[in-house]
Amino acid sequence: MPSEAAELVFDEATKVYPGRDGAAVDHLSLTVPAGEICVLVGPSGGGKTTALKLVNRLIPLTSGYIRIDGRQIGDYDLVELRRSIGYVIQQVGLFPHMTVEANIGTVPRLLGWDRKRIRGRVAELLELVGLDPEKDRRRFPAELSGGQRQRVGLARALAANPALMLMDEPFGAIDPIVRARLQDEFLRLQHEIRKTVVFVTHDIDEAIKVGDRIAILREGGRLAQYDTPEQILEHPVDDFVADFVGRDRALKALALKTLGDLELSPATEDGLPRLPVDTSRRDALAVLVAERRDAGLVVGPDGSPLGVVKREDLLR
Amino acid sequence: MNAPLLAKGGGPVIPNFGHGTACLRNNHWFCSSWVHDHWGDILQPALVQHIYLTLISVGIGFAISFALALIAFRFRFFGPPLGAVSDFLYCIPSISLFLLLVPVTGLTVTTLVIPLVAYTLFVLYPNILAGLRGVPPEVLESARGMGLTRRQTFWRVELPLAVPAIMAGLRVATVATISIATIAAFVLYYGLGGPIFDAIGQPDIFRTELVAAGGLTILLALTADVLLTLVQRALTPWSRPR
Repeated sequence: MPSEAAELVFDEATKVYPGRDGAAVDHLSLTVPAGEICVLVGPSGGGKTTALKLVNRLIPLTSGYIRIDGRQIGDYDLVELRRSIGYVIQQVGLFPHMTVEANIGTVPRLLGWDRKRIRGRVAELLELVGLDPEKDRRRFPAELSGGQRQRVGLARALAANPALMLMDEPFGAIDPIVRARLQDEFLRLQHEIRKTVVFVTHDIDEAIKVGDRIAILREGGRLAQYDTPEQILEHPVDDFVADFVGRDRALKALALKTLGDLELSPATEDGLPRLPVDTSRRDALAVLVAERRDAGLVVGPDGSPLGVVKREDLLR
Repeated sequence: MNAPLLAKGGGPVIPNFGHGTACLRNNHWFCSSWVHDHWGDILQPALVQHIYLTLISVGIGFAISFALALIAFRFRFFGPPLGAVSDFLYCIPSISLFLLLVPVTGLTVTTLVIPLVAYTLFVLYPNILAGLRGVPPEVLESARGMGLTRRQTFWRVELPLAVPAIMAGLRVATVATISIATIAAFVLYYGLGGPIFDAIGQPDIFRTELVAAGGLTILLALTADVLLTLVQRALTPWSRPR
């Protein structure tokens, strides 16, 4: 598998567990373009995790195909396939008896890298995920916080530079503040490394924040809609999707846009609330509502006024 | 073996050492002169035999338990019957088991080792199995997801993570064996049980010998426990957050 980023295709992928009525994943077809984050989201019973585990064959397909860069997953050697896919799970699953360094070096060791190369790679990855390459390297998982463990889990999944990452609710067990920070860092990281990522969550807000594309699965593992976050929020295909994204979907859509792409009118009055240009429209609206104002002054990164935005402009 | 003189018609029992001190004549609880005089011919050989008996029994018991635990771990349906056998062995009173074996294996060390091994199984087998089975499911899942083979998962993940449970079992088994092994002297004069049975086998218990041999047994058990604890710490630095 080429190691930059791979295209992932689900083609009528179906999983039926023996002895159970109905499919867990039902004729799922979607394409994740190379280098994009596809979020699988939906209620429990929607088959998101099952769909994810079909890819690295932790769960065998019942019918249909999954292809990575055009090659069917069944054609790969099982062990080779898994070693070439980064895998991150909610409970992290670090090896408690190994240091952070040994944990991260797991797949490189299996692949037979020499010690020096592994050491260098570990230091690079620790840096990348925001840990201290010198101090944290020798620590054991029991000595880390939940957030640090998940960073190590991410570093471990990235160790052999996989073309595809599978992330199963990676931030699900982490408190909201740290989760938001990890999401931001993950997005910054993804901006640099551009992996193809399949990301499972049950949290629609996380899906909107993280996903380049969102696949909403409904009970029985059927795909309800596969689209960009904007499209899903603005044009849900049916009541199920509209319900799932929530009654505040219009507000969520506003959260995706900043003030930067709005037309501003020249500044005329003084004393308007100041809104940095990278503020989301949702937050800007919240400020105006809280301050009972009809307009705000948009300011650049250096604090210089750029122009005035009216409340109704935000809603357009 | 110096059998102490048994005085007929009551009176204090005086061991037949010509130079018996006042301490010995009055059968005090601990006479250091006796210990000093008989370290070389009674206590030390008994201690060495006791250590030997313990090492052999725990060693063989560990090998058998490990093999059985591996079988039960690999093939789940063997688990319950193997557990039942090890439980059953433990239910046989140790003295009767020692005596039952005499007609089969004679008055040999083998007769002592077999029951001791049987008792270690009771502790070691379930501990090893629980250790191997106790690996958290998410750890196994991440191992599988990263492409570790079944064999690699066993050697690199399951076995190292079972070490604390295995060592805990070894400690209990070793201390229990050191203790039960004293009873073995009921059948064959061997180990620290020898001097203990000597001491209590007299009309008036020979206190110094009882205290010396019993004390050595306790000391041996404590030392073994401490040593094994140190070994465990060295093997599992990860289990104690620094």
